[in-house]
Amino acid sequence: MLEGLLIGLQTALSVQNLLMVIGGCLIGTFIGMLPGLGPMSIIAIMIPVAISMGDPSAALILLAGVYYGAIFGGSTSSILLNAPGVAGTVASSFDGYPMARQGKAGKALTVAAIASFAGGTIGALLLMVFAPALSSVALLFHSAEYFALMVVGLSAIAAFAGTGQVAKALVMTLLGLIMATVGEGALFNLPRFTMGIMDLQSGFGFITLAMAMFALPEALFLVLKPRDLQGDDGEIKELRITGKEAKAIAPVIGRQSLQGFFIGVLPGAGATIASFLGYAVERNIAPKKEQDEFGKGSVKGLAAPETANNAACTGSFVPLLTLGIPGSGTTAILLGALIALNVTPGPRLMVDDPQIFWAVIMSMFIGNLILLVLNLPLIPYIARVLTVPRNYLIPFILFFTLMGAYIGQNNATELLLLVGFGICATALKFADYPLAPLLIGFILGAMMENNFARSMQLYDGVSFVWERPMTLGLLAIAIILVVLPSYRARRAKARQDGVAEGD
Amino acid sequence: MALDRWLALVLLGICLAYGYAAWFTMDAGLAPFMKRNPIWPSTFPKVLSVLGIIAALVILLGFEKAAPKEADIDYRRLGEYNLGQALLLLALMVVYALCLRPLGFLISTSALLFLGSFILGERKWHIMLPVALIAAVSVWYLVQVVLGIYMRPLPGILGG
Repeated sequence: MLEGLLIGLQTALSVQNLLMVIGGCLIGTFIGMLPGLGPMSIIAIMIPVAISMGDPSAALILLAGVYYGAIFGGSTSSILLNAPGVAGTVASSFDGYPMARQGKAGKALTVAAIASFAGGTIGALLLMVFAPALSSVALLFHSAEYFALMVVGLSAIAAFAGTGQVAKALVMTLLGLIMATVGEGALFNLPRFTMGIMDLQSGFGFITLAMAMFALPEALFLVLKPRDLQGDDGEIKELRITGKEAKAIAPVIGRQSLQGFFIGVLPGAGATIASFLGYAVERNIAPKKEQDEFGKGSVKGLAAPETANNAACTGSFVPLLTLGIPGSGTTAILLGALIALNVTPGPRLMVDDPQIFWAVIMSMFIGNLILLVLNLPLIPYIARVLTVPRNYLIPFILFFTLMGAYIGQNNATELLLLVGFGICATALKFADYPLAPLLIGFILGAMMENNFARSMQLYDGVSFVWERPMTLGLLAIAIILVVLPSYRARRAKARQDGVAEGD
Repeated sequence: MALDRWLALVLLGICLAYGYAAWFTMDAGLAPFMKRNPIWPSTFPKVLSVLGIIAALVILLGFEKAAPKEADIDYRRLGEYNLGQALLLLALMVVYALCLRPLGFLISTSALLFLGSFILGERKWHIMLPVALIAAVSVWYLVQVVLGIYMRPLPGILGG
């Protein structure tokens, strides 16, 4: 392994490849900030550049840099404007945006940068050590377990909505799943629930929905009830994190790097599920007092998804590099690029082209370091976005939500849908319905149905639920997650009413 | 009845309509060979519709008591907020969606940014106009020229 490391270091530290990492990270960060362009589309745009370079190591290094940069840039718009451009950073807006509203935008971005750095670096370390062994574990996960894993993720999200809210969160999750079934499913090639409208044939756009659920209601609330984004004095204060906060997030980062990485390794799971599960897990294991902080600007709540999504991005390279199976859309595009460059990822990659394998891993370390070094000094300037006067900022937020929905699809109907959903989302927000579960349900819906359908076909019915112990275990956890909070609330209420506890 | 329960009623209606489509109308068009499949296109929606109806009923019938908490905006006194501005901005977005193709990106976007700040009460023309124009042109340049995603810049009659 040492030999491999040195080969990788030698390749990654060449001037050309260092420039590639820096360039990739910069491009990724800046384009990732534009809502509507996620890592997948940015990488797709960069592919012609990468292929024309002709050197597979350099190409992969460039694309990996773009990938990291895009994930980091995406969290910036989640935190500052509540406009997550990438599914993986939706969870970062839960606590990042409240922090920004309290005038701690600088601190939130710092926490995000540090958490991303730690997640990415620890992920790369794990990749180095575990890559060959993990590929066989990833193959143990069948569609049934993926399905169950997603059910767990969704229930965890409904459960963390808090007491008295579980039913609302569940309804919103289900509504998200229902919306995901509109359009043509991959397994059936049948348009479903389109009501004969051509524009619904391909389903609702994720970005459209994300903008309509988060950014648009937020902007409308800002219009309805003017208040300062920047806290009271309009100053960006508290840029640095205190020692106490560092101590609070350190274990979170540790746990989430591991968890995120292992979720990322599973093909199909990826950064999105990792970040949601990371958020849910951290919220559920936090002490009661800190649990109430989640969703209102908790440092832990921001650090958890940021660490997890970066670690998962690294983890998703494991199946790509060792099995040749892309675990996510982004790695699928990377696979395409690699094949175009005459490199076949798979079990032979480490033997045939060790310099590519190790150079990618080394460039992950370098890329993460460069992201941190580039971003920490830039944070005060990025955070200054919020000091733009309200009269200019709001039209720009509206414009970026519209652009985000438009660029991806190049379809003006998408904009009308955006406004329509935005109005519905605002009404739901008035009535205190949580909007995040809807979006999460929508994102996971298609994946979940495909895995469900596949396991139904493999087992010719629903028997996979009890024939696979791991599936049964995961589903049991999901039920406990949903039932437990309402049971606890009921008991707390009963105790309040003076009913004796029967124990 | 509070707004959240009204909305639950609406959601229940959506779930019922969805369930009706899934249970009764969807399977009619299914090809015979697909009927031998353990999973039909309507299987997953059927499950979802049942769960959705149950969850909506739980809210509607008030099984789960939530502690009333201070909302950011009280919808019962919506008229006291800047409702007019919000509605105008929404209308502006709809107009933008309809004009984007026929008028081209540059004109519609500058108009959106300019009118948006105008609706919000900004009257400093010498700042509003240049900001709107520069933003529109630079975003167009970035998306069209740098990223290579086509967006019609000018009205169709001008050959854009």
